[in-house]
Amino acid sequence: MIRFSHVHKRFARTGAALQDVTFQVNKGEFVFITGPSGAGKSTILKLCFFEEQPSTGEVKVYGTSSATFKPADIPRLRRRLGVVFQDFRLLEDRNVESNVAFALEVTGTAPSQIGPRVSRLLAQVGLAAKATALPRELSGGEQQRVAIARALANDPVALIADEPTGNLDERATRGIFQLFRDINANGTAVLMATHDLDLVRRAGCRTIEVNRGQIVFDSASDGGFRGPDTPDAAEDDE
Amino acid sequence: MRLAVREALLAFRRAPMLSALSVTTIAFSLFAFGLFGLVALNIRNALQTVEDRVEIRAFIADGTGSEATAAALGDIGAFPEAASVRLVSQTQALDRARRELGEFSDVFEEGILPASIELRLKPGFRDPETVKAVAKRIEVYDFIDDIRFGEEWVEKLHRLRNIATLAGLALGLTFAVVAIIIIGSTIRMAVMARSREIAVMRLVGATNGFVRAPFLIEGFLKGTLGGLLALVLAWIALTVINRFVVQATFFDPWMGAVGVLAGACIGLAGSALSVGRHLKRV
Repeated sequence: MIRFSHVHKRFARTGAALQDVTFQVNKGEFVFITGPSGAGKSTILKLCFFEEQPSTGEVKVYGTSSATFKPADIPRLRRRLGVVFQDFRLLEDRNVESNVAFALEVTGTAPSQIGPRVSRLLAQVGLAAKATALPRELSGGEQQRVAIARALANDPVALIADEPTGNLDERATRGIFQLFRDINANGTAVLMATHDLDLVRRAGCRTIEVNRGQIVFDSASDGGFRGPDTPDAAEDDE
Repeated sequence: MRLAVREALLAFRRAPMLSALSVTTIAFSLFAFGLFGLVALNIRNALQTVEDRVEIRAFIADGTGSEATAAALGDIGAFPEAASVRLVSQTQALDRARRELGEFSDVFEEGILPASIELRLKPGFRDPETVKAVAKRIEVYDFIDDIRFGEEWVEKLHRLRNIATLAGLALGLTFAVVAIIIIGSTIRMAVMARSREIAVMRLVGATNGFVRAPFLIEGFLKGTLGGLLALVLAWIALTVINRFVVQATFFDPWMGAVGVLAGACIGLAGSALSVGRHLKRV
């Protein structure tokens, strides 16, 4: 579903960010991307939702290839992904339900369906009682739940999360992580960048470690994971 | 579309100060341009009034028969350049001279002034070359004693008209460019203030067209409101000028509508450019 093949990414100002990165995330998988700051975790995630394109190599996400995509393909792809950031990226002047409804309005959901769907999403993330609150009236953990509800609005096939617990305390982190596990249990793949090694150890999920722009460890390499160069790698993009 | 209109209107409500600032800036930029427009319009009108008085007087020799004069009058009236032509008899010429030179009226005696043919020219035929050429064509009649058209005066007027047109164009263009730059910057500020919203829209899968639409509507509305406000300001300024300085003319409804439409178009184009540039970056 998400496949990186020999991806190199070079920025004009800062030089090489990724070097020969190859991995694949299959349907319904939960994958951590770990590594120190500046290792290239965020760049990998940005490549996943096509905010960046590789300098060389190919990124293929749910049938959209960095080698052949057209600009109009990007909105279509992003509607099939949910993206969550460390800084939540909520619209401060809209209340919780408007922030979630926004994602549905943008994608052309029928107005009659938006209300019930927003209520369900807020119930799913445990914020049904705070629908009319403004983001600044919520705790960090609650704001992140709103961001997750927004990311789930269009039933994504994969949730991409860049340090989603980076700004949260221990308790909120546990709550958010459990939410991700629940989402994953419903069949949505989760690709989560974090440097919280305790969390990674406790979770026992597949872990890809990045350092200086290269993959230095992939727990799936020991068993089960089929790299993109493997002849029998499943074409499960659609 | 409904959503885009709602978002555009909500933008006014969410940031009333910034929206008011944008509309006011657009209004004052267009007002400055409008004031210049009013000056240009009134100078043009004044020159037009003077130009309307450009005429050729062909003096008729004493003893010329009325048939010959009538025939010439018909011929001259058929000139493509002719707006009006009339015969001024000796008596009419004397009456006019006495009327115009009140206190010297008794110095004129009966029959001292010759009869004349007076020809006024259509707009577009009042430049020195055309006036001279037409005068030459009238001169060929052998009963014409003398012909006058204020050669020097016509040339000066023509030069003045050319200078006014050129200065008007240059100043108008400068004012328009300044207005566009100021309005463009104002709208760009408004777009930048909502860059976070644009980024979120794109993140959740909004197409560029979807992101653009509310900003274009907002730019159009701000431009229209700014244009209307500028028109009101110009009208107030003109009322003050009329009362305390000099009688001047205001834009006709058509010009006013064009002004407001120009504001709307600048608002629309400014928004399109700003959002377009922003979309390329985020």
